[in-house]
Amino acid sequence: MERTAVRGRLSWQVAPVVSVTWETASVATIQLDPPDWAGHRAGQHLDVRLTAEDGYMAERSYSIASAPGELLAITVERLEDGEVSPYLAGELQAGDELELRGPIGGYFVWEPSDGGPLMLLAGGSGVVPLRSMLRHRVNTGSDVPARLLYSSRGWEDVIYRDELGQHHDGARVSYTLTRSQPPGWTGHSGRINSSLLAEVAWPAKTNPLAYICGPTSFVESAAAGLVELGYPPERVKTERFGATGGR
Amino acid sequence: MDPIDGNGIGGLLIDAFGKEMTAAISTCATCGARRPVAELVVYQRAPGTVVRCRTCGNVIMVLVKRADSIDVDLSGLASLSNQGLP
Repeated sequence: MERTAVRGRLSWQVAPVVSVTWETASVATIQLDPPDWAGHRAGQHLDVRLTAEDGYMAERSYSIASAPGELLAITVERLEDGEVSPYLAGELQAGDELELRGPIGGYFVWEPSDGGPLMLLAGGSGVVPLRSMLRHRVNTGSDVPARLLYSSRGWEDVIYRDELGQHHDGARVSYTLTRSQPPGWTGHSGRINSSLLAEVAWPAKTNPLAYICGPTSFVESAAAGLVELGYPPERVKTERFGATGGR
Repeated sequence: MDPIDGNGIGGLLIDAFGKEMTAAISTCATCGARRPVAELVVYQRAPGTVVRCRTCGNVIMVLVKRADSIDVDLSGLASLSNQGLP
């Protein structure tokens, strides 16, 4: 019998875990192979549901880390007091199964046809949906110019460090480290502020399209900074995941 | 739990409205501020999800999930439009 879902509804499904790869000491990328996945757009989410033996259920929304057309992946930061993330980034292993549904979201998404230049601003694990956009840009051969400014506590906390260190077909990646800098650090230091944005971000006259994802305080100051530079608020898309450095 | 924003409840909104709503434009019934649902302030404290205006802080929506239904209180919402969106 053909599988049918009620139009517009999201169905839960069980996806095998293909691999778990550690990006940092507390952040893992989980590749998943759901049986019924219609594909996603760069920047979208999926919902994960864990069910305890007593029937208690906890749901969380995670940004999709992979680009459209790639094997589905999420990147999860382990929060020690979290209800879901210590299981996902700590206990889950290849061969396990995970209940999920998606894709979800129509606001914080980017298609090459949306154009740019793209100004991506990431705070901590807020880099995850932006990584999907960068990969999508490369995979589609898009010539939209792109810059990523990535704010992280320390160099050891930078997610996708090797991948972002490679040339992203013309995408420029800048870092600012807020708590600690390695010896000989030549990147930026401290929190994102107006002078850093003025130095790193596309000038407003190029009509850039901005995506900002991170903790609430990071997103608020980054968005205000871009608007101060002259970015139209409607071309500054934001996604906030609370006060901590992850989800 | 610290507040997130409307991007993080896209699935719950599909449960409640039957379609993607994070890009829909909301108007706060209290102050009249208009913004995408994705930009609203979201508190996920049991037993429900409380959505507040980022301008005036008043409650715009309350969604409470039950075993096989969702209770939705939209009394803080003046309008919600996904017209023109895919």
